[in-house]
Amino acid sequence: MRFTRTSKALGIMAVAALALSGCGAGGTNDAGGTTGGDTSRVIIADGSEPQRPLMPADTNEVGGGKVIDMIFAGLVSYDPNGKPVNELAESIEASDGQNYTIKIKSGEKFTNGEAITAQTFVDSWNFGAAAKNAQLSGGFFESIKGYDEASAEGSTVDTMSGLKVVDDTTFTVELNQPESDWPLRLGYTAFSPVPSGALADPKGFGETPVGNGPYKLADGGWQHNVQIQLVPNPDYDGPRKAENGGVTFKIFQNDDTAYQDLLSDSLDVLQTIPTSALSNFESDLGDRTISKPYAGNQTIAIPEYLPEWSGEAGKLRRQAISMAINRDEITKVIFNGARQPAKDFTAPVLDGYSDSIPGSENLEFNETKAKELWAEADGMQKWDPNTTFSIAYNADKGGHQVWVEAVVNQLKNTLGIKAEGKPYPTFKEVRQDATAGTLTGAIRAGWQADYPSLYNFLGPIYKTGAGSNDARYANPEFDKAITEGLAAASVSEGNDAMNKAQETLLTDLPAIPLWYQVAQGGWSNNVTNVDYGWDGVPLYYQITGK
Amino acid sequence: MATYILKRFLQLIPVFLGATLLVYFLVFSLPGDPIAALFGDKPVNETVAAQLRKQYNLDQPFWIQYLLYLKSIFTFDLGLDFSGRPIAAVLGEVFPVTARLAIMALIFEAFFGILFGLIAGLRKGKIFDATVLVASLIVIGIPIFVLGFMLQFFIGVQLGWAKPTVSSAATVQDLILPAIVLGLGSFAYVLRLTRTSVLENMNADYVRTATAKGLSRSRVVRVHILRNSLIPVVTFLGADLGALMGGAIVTEGIFNIPGVGQRLYRAVLSGEGPTVVSIVTVLVLIYVVSNLLIDLLYAWLDPRIRYDS
Repeated sequence: MRFTRTSKALGIMAVAALALSGCGAGGTNDAGGTTGGDTSRVIIADGSEPQRPLMPADTNEVGGGKVIDMIFAGLVSYDPNGKPVNELAESIEASDGQNYTIKIKSGEKFTNGEAITAQTFVDSWNFGAAAKNAQLSGGFFESIKGYDEASAEGSTVDTMSGLKVVDDTTFTVELNQPESDWPLRLGYTAFSPVPSGALADPKGFGETPVGNGPYKLADGGWQHNVQIQLVPNPDYDGPRKAENGGVTFKIFQNDDTAYQDLLSDSLDVLQTIPTSALSNFESDLGDRTISKPYAGNQTIAIPEYLPEWSGEAGKLRRQAISMAINRDEITKVIFNGARQPAKDFTAPVLDGYSDSIPGSENLEFNETKAKELWAEADGMQKWDPNTTFSIAYNADKGGHQVWVEAVVNQLKNTLGIKAEGKPYPTFKEVRQDATAGTLTGAIRAGWQADYPSLYNFLGPIYKTGAGSNDARYANPEFDKAITEGLAAASVSEGNDAMNKAQETLLTDLPAIPLWYQVAQGGWSNNVTNVDYGWDGVPLYYQITGK
Repeated sequence: MATYILKRFLQLIPVFLGATLLVYFLVFSLPGDPIAALFGDKPVNETVAAQLRKQYNLDQPFWIQYLLYLKSIFTFDLGLDFSGRPIAAVLGEVFPVTARLAIMALIFEAFFGILFGLIAGLRKGKIFDATVLVASLIVIGIPIFVLGFMLQFFIGVQLGWAKPTVSSAATVQDLILPAIVLGLGSFAYVLRLTRTSVLENMNADYVRTATAKGLSRSRVVRVHILRNSLIPVVTFLGADLGALMGGAIVTEGIFNIPGVGQRLYRAVLSGEGPTVVSIVTVLVLIYVVSNLLIDLLYAWLDPRIRYDS
């Protein structure tokens, strides 16, 4: 594909250019200490064209997601460590983890002056869930009682019975079952309130959204495929108050180009350093860079419907594969430390994370043990030496080819089996085989958290019949453990139960955790106070000019 | 003449139908479900997916989809793209930008290509001729994206003479560097074509006659050599306008220009049939019309060419 070729070319060019000029442009950060900085500067950041109209419940990708997150405020938002803090919520309480009473602050308004009441929330959530509105993130409301009726195809019910308005600032939510981590989800953009105009004309609203967040869309601010201009919302009084004169997302089709813009200070903040620049960005940018782990991981899922990967022999083989991969080496050599070797199925920034769950030794490189396990599996069910173990990945974006090839080579060397990477031209093609259950080998998988919770990395992927269960994993023991975890009285008890459930996963390895994602970004000479959130997105509101 | 033009325009109808049918079929045959891809890594919500498929006619068989698309063209309502915007509006945004870029590139390659080619031809074997020949060979040999990245890095980043990417308005000034990059390859061809053609004509009888009858050197060059040398060059330039518009995708990617190529690339990846077909159809029409204009130009350049039957 074209971008692969251009990336390679850029890599070569950049190296050559650096050699010619002796060194890159050194960082000239002379800002003394942590001064406030210039709060009137308009920050120019990189973005991508939103896929869908800008409706909170219809936006599930990064380009639109970061805009929605800034122009809307929900009940809670997440602080840089992923801890929920109240935005519009006064209190969210439940005695049993199933029946929640939510009180919201009074006097809150959208930027068009419309008041935000308990009814606003109930209407917005019902809208998001109702089948006839076809909102992509409608599934986020699935825990609420009545979701199934409202979201069924052709349903005429467009409200969820679990939502009840008590008074102007109070409403109650009844869930289908106790879920102790449900309040953690409420910071996800799909739960944002929307004004009544949005419900009447979602398409029109999606072009010129009106929200209640720290920023608002400038007049004519969304120039399609070019830029999205946000200006501070003076009436916002939550924890994410804008410290700058606005944020303009310049839309880039590829990161390499954005990086050139950053080098020449035409772009202020680049969220992700392109792969081609990973080896030299620190010398190019000096101390204007950041490397911060975020809530995402990379795995390879191995479908259990393939005969050689099912049953006891399949389990031993998956363990052997896991131990045959030298994660330290790949993260160092290929990613230059931009990934961290995985110790579990979640991510280290989450509350409740543990790097020493029993079974995590299965994720360590151990050549001898890997060979032993493979031989043991061979004793039960012979591995045909002509079979090739393949890892499917999409070649259109993400730069997966490099690491897939590295993993494949390690498997060949350690286990002496045939292995290869299996590129699909586009993401949608690889997803088609994954959802249809027609994979012929392993598949690259990975998860980026929607909300900071261990459950989010486990339930949606490994529960029997779960929507993203590409491996078709089914283990009643695991299902029971996470259901119990959800019903726990507190988040911390719930976390313990989740980690208990991970012990089963670490033995069965329906997917093989590889590494945790680390956000690597950079900024220009013109801005300061750049930090990233738990989700790997820059905290745009606190960036200031120098 | 008028009959000829009318005939050529009538030929547009089968070209238009064929192009739309073919491109629509190609997009239709792309593997993968574009609606499922909208959900990303998330599980596909079948109810929502079914509604969206219906909205974009993706639940219909190929012929119905294609006929519905044709109907939408004739009612001047091209439908909506996946972000819910009218495709007509999208076309209105991207084509002016790419047209500006392509025309600038065309002017650049035509002006400098013909000028340098003419000088090189008139001074065959001299130092200028040798230099441009070698230089043009190098330009033809290096792929356009390498040239693009090089110029972007040295002129945009190191020297700071221009911004590495174009601004939101994509003004003429912003597009100078990208237009040069886009036009460089063709510039080299135009140069070599002109040079060869000039060399041929310099030995022609009518040039000798013109010189012999005492015409000034400049008149011989302008009217007798240059004008006759332009026919192959004009053919090339005409075909090149279409190629520049469709082929600007690499240049647009390097300089982040919000034009046709970028939108087309994204539409192909996401499987947005109607968007792809609409863009390609306009490109085909531009190609056909520019070829017609070139054919008419022949008559002006060489009065011996007549189109009346």
